[in-house]
Amino acid sequence: MVPVLDIDALIGNPQTCIIVCCGAGGVGKTTTAAALGLRAAESGRRVVVLTIDPARRLAQSLGLTTLDNTPRPVKDIDDTRGGSLDAMMLDMKRTFDEVVEAHATADKAEQILANPFYQAVSSSFAGTQEYMAMEKLGQLRLEADRDPDNPRWDLIVVDTPPSRSALDFLDAPKRLGSFLDGRFIRLLAAPAKAGGRAYLKVFSAGVNIVTKTLTKVLGGQMLSDVQTFVAALDTMFGGFRKRADHTYALLSDRMTTFIVVAAPERDALREASYFVDRLDEEGMPLAGLVVNRMYRVSAPGLSAARALGAAEELGDQERDSSSGVGTSDVSERTAITQGLLRMHAVQAEIADRHESLAKRFIAGHPGIPIVEVPAASGDIHDLVGLRTVGDALAGQ
Amino acid sequence: MAPDAGSARDTDWDGVRLHIVTGKGGTGKTTVAAALALALAGEGRRVLLAEVEGRQGISQSFDVPPLALTEVRIAHAAHGGEVFGLSVDAKAALLEYLQMYYKLGRAGGMLEKFGAIDFATTIAPGVRDVLLTGKVYEAVRRRRDHRARGPGAAPAYDAVVVDAPPTGRVVRFLNVNHEVADLARVGPIRSQANSITAMLRSPQTVVHLVTLLEEMPVQETVDTIAELRAVGMPIGGVVVNQVREEILTLDVLEAAARNAISREDIAADLTRVHVRATEALVDGLLTEARDHAERVTLERDEAEVIADLGRPTYRLPSLSEGVDANGIREMAETLMAQGMA
Repeated sequence: MVPVLDIDALIGNPQTCIIVCCGAGGVGKTTTAAALGLRAAESGRRVVVLTIDPARRLAQSLGLTTLDNTPRPVKDIDDTRGGSLDAMMLDMKRTFDEVVEAHATADKAEQILANPFYQAVSSSFAGTQEYMAMEKLGQLRLEADRDPDNPRWDLIVVDTPPSRSALDFLDAPKRLGSFLDGRFIRLLAAPAKAGGRAYLKVFSAGVNIVTKTLTKVLGGQMLSDVQTFVAALDTMFGGFRKRADHTYALLSDRMTTFIVVAAPERDALREASYFVDRLDEEGMPLAGLVVNRMYRVSAPGLSAARALGAAEELGDQERDSSSGVGTSDVSERTAITQGLLRMHAVQAEIADRHESLAKRFIAGHPGIPIVEVPAASGDIHDLVGLRTVGDALAGQ
Repeated sequence: MAPDAGSARDTDWDGVRLHIVTGKGGTGKTTVAAALALALAGEGRRVLLAEVEGRQGISQSFDVPPLALTEVRIAHAAHGGEVFGLSVDAKAALLEYLQMYYKLGRAGGMLEKFGAIDFATTIAPGVRDVLLTGKVYEAVRRRRDHRARGPGAAPAYDAVVVDAPPTGRVVRFLNVNHEVADLARVGPIRSQANSITAMLRSPQTVVHLVTLLEEMPVQETVDTIAELRAVGMPIGGVVVNQVREEILTLDVLEAAARNAISREDIAADLTRVHVRATEALVDGLLTEARDHAERVTLERDEAEVIADLGRPTYRLPSLSEGVDANGIREMAETLMAQGMA
């Protein structure tokens, strides 16, 4: 017996405060996050949905035209149960700027914001997104907790960044931590500190070799620019570190739960497997798997083979009954029935393939709750569409 | 001009040596990149298929063991053509680069010990992309005989196909060297970054986009083409993947959409061939036809959006068995027949 992922129980549980949706790109992760958020809000939760995807898809489905790093209320939701829904899209540069402004003195902040390295790192380089997604999640959590008697939100739904691997999001705080604890940062930050170099010299004789090599590879100018940049940020690193650790702890807390999203395709399910295993390894709480876009036939009980056989037989019968030679064409009416049967056969085959892919995943991961969401014939554009997805998520 | 018997076939991308394949997640860009590599390797050519996200999608597509850090032959094509596979690794690329240009002995070890290598390859934003594109650049420029110099020297690969990051990240990935050149105002990094940017923007390179006939992937294709243009990257073709076979004629589709198909006729036909024509079955078949008609209409609209892009467009049929190594060969044949390779 395969356990069913009970979405309504999950969002109905007041202990669930953070839901992280993860999975490969193109499996409907953002739509799932938005539908979950809407369903939770309409059941009475105060929800904020954080999306990180640069293609403003959540905006489209939520009918928002701008998502600008600030949670904005979603209009026209059913709030009769006292819930609310805010949505936002991560703007990584703005998030980074805000961190700088909040943690450095005004002079220093200005100096950092104007640094060309800072500008490249904060706006055009891959990898920053994961750090900033973590940062933003931490911020939202703080904001939600500000007034415990009247929290602005009691549920945060997070859509993970479209990373090389969806796991980058999970690994970001640890990577940052290992760097901040390492020797390399001290070397990079050294020139700006009074006596830093002297301190390092005692600390390790390798410093000169490394500095020389870096100068050779990067060029003296670039190295000194990097060093200025790192030194300027140095005052903030402690804060970064603390918050990253805090957010990581938040993710493994009982109030957080992960939902892995997949589509019935080999690659997407492979990624889902990998994710399920990693969450398990890290002791992260997994609620279950959502398999989107499951193809289902509307005419049950007629297999693909039987449908094709019937279509063929219709043609044979017609040819047998017609006396003329060379009348291989069937009547228009028969052609329609044949067409319906053949189309059904194709759809039944796809449905079978999806079913067997899902079964294989289940066999490989016994005990993981699953919910399958049927494929829709069109794309989701509005709240009505999201509600339908929400119903399907809840098994309705 | 009359085709010259005996010469290589005319294809849409003659003269292109670097094919970059992107697409929204779930559109099948990895399998399309694999098929394109195989198609390009026809006529006895050597093609490198490189992935840059460490997903091992290539080895899975061709059903070969996971790719290690060296280039290995993964498939044979017609007339002695060969496809080599490489999973580009940022750390290996960095160490190779340092060795090749700086001959770092003990100093390289010190960089590693100090965490500089880890910093560059996993922590520092952007550097990974610099290293990955740098390795692709090296593979395109490599000579078959490494001592040979000059424009006449035979390249190690006739073409390089890159299974690039998905549409959401590809522009940032391809344009990273331009950003880096701005940061390094002088010095070796700047000239290296400039050379990579120059190659990526040259007529030797094209970026192909893979899409499905669905709204979101098509929209991302349109957006990505605009973004690529804005940064001066040459746009290649659009590959429409998983195109469904048309089973119902236009008349039937229209009748289905209008609910104008006779339930009684269908029921009678089914009974004639001994299928139990329950109400649920007949209703179900008609619902399926209606849904299908709706989907076909949507697909037509999307196909028009793609046509409006005015790019060479290729269509790959949906393979009902899913895509395995044989499926890739079938796709390669289709791409060749349509002139992509």
